[in-house]
Amino acid sequence: MPKLKSLEELQKLRQQLQGDIKARAETSTTITVGMGTCGIAAGAREVMRAILAELDARGIEAHVTTTGCIGMCSREPLVDIQQGGEARVTYGSVTAVMVPRLIEEHLIQGNVVQDWVIGRVAG
Amino acid sequence: MAERYRADILVSCLHDRAPDLIPNLKAEVIRRGLKDEVRVIEAGCRGFCSMGPVLLVEPNGIFYIGVQPADVPELVEETLVKGRVVERLTYEEPTTHASIAYYEDIPFYSKQERIVLRHCGLINPQSIDEYIAVGGYQALGKALISMTPEEIIDELKRSGLRGRGGAGFPTGRKWEAGRKAEGETKYVLVNGDEGDPNCFMDRALMEADPHSILEGLIIGAYVVGAHQGYIYIPYEHSGSVKSMRTALEQARDYGLLGADILGSGFEFDAELRLGAHSFVGGESTALMHAVEGKVSEPRPKHIHTTEVGIWGRPSCLNNVKTLSIVPEIISRGADWFGGIGTETSKGTQVFSLAGKINNVGLAEVPMGITIRELVFDVGGGIPKGREFKALQIGGPSGGFLPASLLDMPMDYETLADAGSMMGTGGVVILDDRTCVVDTARYFLDFLRDESCGKCTSCREGIRCMLEILTRITEGRGEVADLDTLETLGHVVKSVSLCGLGKTAPNPVLSTLRYFRDEYMAHIEDKKCPGGVCKALIEYYIIEDLCNGCGACRRKCPEAAISGEKKEVHVIDPALCIKCGICFDVCKFDAVGVR
Repeated sequence: MPKLKSLEELQKLRQQLQGDIKARAETSTTITVGMGTCGIAAGAREVMRAILAELDARGIEAHVTTTGCIGMCSREPLVDIQQGGEARVTYGSVTAVMVPRLIEEHLIQGNVVQDWVIGRVAG
Repeated sequence: MAERYRADILVSCLHDRAPDLIPNLKAEVIRRGLKDEVRVIEAGCRGFCSMGPVLLVEPNGIFYIGVQPADVPELVEETLVKGRVVERLTYEEPTTHASIAYYEDIPFYSKQERIVLRHCGLINPQSIDEYIAVGGYQALGKALISMTPEEIIDELKRSGLRGRGGAGFPTGRKWEAGRKAEGETKYVLVNGDEGDPNCFMDRALMEADPHSILEGLIIGAYVVGAHQGYIYIPYEHSGSVKSMRTALEQARDYGLLGADILGSGFEFDAELRLGAHSFVGGESTALMHAVEGKVSEPRPKHIHTTEVGIWGRPSCLNNVKTLSIVPEIISRGADWFGGIGTETSKGTQVFSLAGKINNVGLAEVPMGITIRELVFDVGGGIPKGREFKALQIGGPSGGFLPASLLDMPMDYETLADAGSMMGTGGVVILDDRTCVVDTARYFLDFLRDESCGKCTSCREGIRCMLEILTRITEGRGEVADLDTLETLGHVVKSVSLCGLGKTAPNPVLSTLRYFRDEYMAHIEDKKCPGGVCKALIEYYIIEDLCNGCGACRRKCPEAAISGEKKEVHVIDPALCIKCGICFDVCKFDAVGVR
C-alpha cells in the first residue's frame, strides 16, 4: 500500500474510493430495473450489469435498484429512470446494447430517448 | 478502480447474536447470482439493541430488525431481487402498530443527532478505505497543513467541547495545558476503559468507527506536541482491542502514523496498552499507572497529569468519544458545534439506555434534551405501559431523578444541581415495579467491590452504607439510619481521593432526597412499595380476577400454588420463595403484591 505523502494524495484517494460506497451516498438519480421472473427471463440481469458497468466507467452518481413484475411482461426488461422531482420515465424491451445511449442521452444530456419510451409517471 | 455494487447490506449486531446471519447472507447472495451486484458488510453497532440483530439495505434505506438466518432467503428474494419490503421484518411502532420500513422514519433514529456515532453501522469499521471514502482523515490533513496548534486550541475552546469521559473538563483548555507543559517528551493517551456496568458506548464506538478516534488522537498529539500515544483498553473488551489494532496497522500502512504525516513534517505513532478491566481503572491517574505497568490505583492530583503523567512526563488523556468529535469540529467549525446543545453543555451526548425502557440501546441526542423526551420519544417509553418512577444517570455513582423532574433539561450543570451527574451518559430507567432502595443497594454493592481500598473513607464508608441499606431492605431498618446514611455519605464524598469515592454516595443521597417516603415505607410500615424487597412483600391471588387457568401453578418452582382447573387458585405463603414468576406469567393481572 503506497504511503500518502500529502493532503492532495489523500483527497485523490478519497475520490477513487467514493465509488466503493456509492450505494450509501446521496443521489438524486435512481435507475430501477424490472427483476420479476419475466424481467429476468427477458435478460434483465445483463441489462443491470451493463448499467452498473456504464455508470462506473463514466463515474456517474446514481442508485440502481430493482423491482418485481409490474404487469407489462411483454415489454420486459423494463428500466425506469427518475431524476430529482421529475417524472419517472419507463423504457421497455431494453437490451445491454441500448444502455450506453440511454445513459448518454438521458442522464448526461438530459434528453429522454423518445424512441424507446413506453410510459411516464409524474414524480 | 473501485468496484461498483448496486446495493450494500450493512449488518450490525456482530456480538454473537446471530452468528450464522452473515455467512448465510453471503451464501444466499452467491446462490442468487448477485455477488457482483450486492455486497454484505459487517458494520458496527446501530445502537438499537432491543431490536437486534438489525441490518440496513442501501440504497433503499430499508431497515430490518430481529433478522434470523431463516429469514435470509425471503429477504434476499424480496428486497435485493425484487426491490420490495419484507413487512414482517420491519420495525413496528409500539403505539400505532404501524410498520416502518425506512431507517430514517423510525422515531428512535429520527429524533437523534449523531455526531460521535456518525459512522456507526454505516461503514465497515475494519476498512480504512471506507473511512477515507466518507471523508475520514480530511480534518487531520486540514489541521496539520493549514492550522497551528494554537488555532486548533482556539477552535476547540470556541466550540465549547467538554470531555465526554464523565468530568466534562473543557477539551480546549486541557490541550492548551498539555501544549504549555514543559518537557521534551510528551504523551497523548486514549481512555478506552469503559467501566460503568450499564454502559457500552465507548466499546460500540471503538468497534464501529475506530479511525475517527485515531484521527482525533493524531490531531491532539500535533496540538500538545507529542510523538507517542497509548490507547488503553481493558483486555476483556476483545472486540475493541481487535478493531483498534487493525485501525492502527492500516493507518501506519497509509503513512497516517509514522514520520512526516501527509507531508507536514509531523511525526507520531501510537500503540495499544491492554490492562485488566476495573471500574477505577478509567480514572486518569489510575489509568496512567496501568500504562506504566503498575497497579491501577489513583494518586492525588495536586499536580495535573497534563504536567506530570506517565513516567513523570506531560500526558494528555482523552475519552474515545471526545477524540471522535474533534475531527468533526475541525471540519465543520466551532460555530456549527456550538450551535447544538445548551449554553454550558455544547454538542450531543451519547446515552446508553437500560432498565425499564422499550428502546434499550445507544442514542445520541443534543445536550439539554429533557428526561421526558429521552425516555418517551427516543426511548419509546416504559414497557407494558407501566409508570415511570425514576431515571438513574451517571453510572453506578450517579443519582436518581424522580418523575417530578421529567421536564428537566439534561446538561452537566442541571444534573449536578439535581444531585446527579452526566457521567458518561449511562442511564437506567426504573418503573413503578422497581424499588429505589434496592437499586441504590445494588449500585453500592458494585462500588464496594470496585473501590481500590486506598482511602479508608471509601473502603469502609461504602461498606457501612451498604450494610445499613441491606438492613433496611430486609425490614430491619430504623429511622435513625437515614441520618447515619446522610452523614456517612457526606464524609465519603468529602474525604476520598478520586472520583469513585467522591461520587459513590450519590445513589443513596439522591434517593434520600427524592424518595425519602419509600425509605420510610421500608422502615416504619415494613413495606416495599415497588414490591421487590423479598422480606417485605407477599404475593397473593386476587380472587375476582383469577379464572383458574393454572399458568402460575404450572410455573411455580416451589409448588406453592394450588387450585382446581377454572377455580380460584391460592398461594401458600409458607412455601412461597417470592420469585415473582407467577406475577410475570399471569395474563389477567390476578397476582398481587402486598
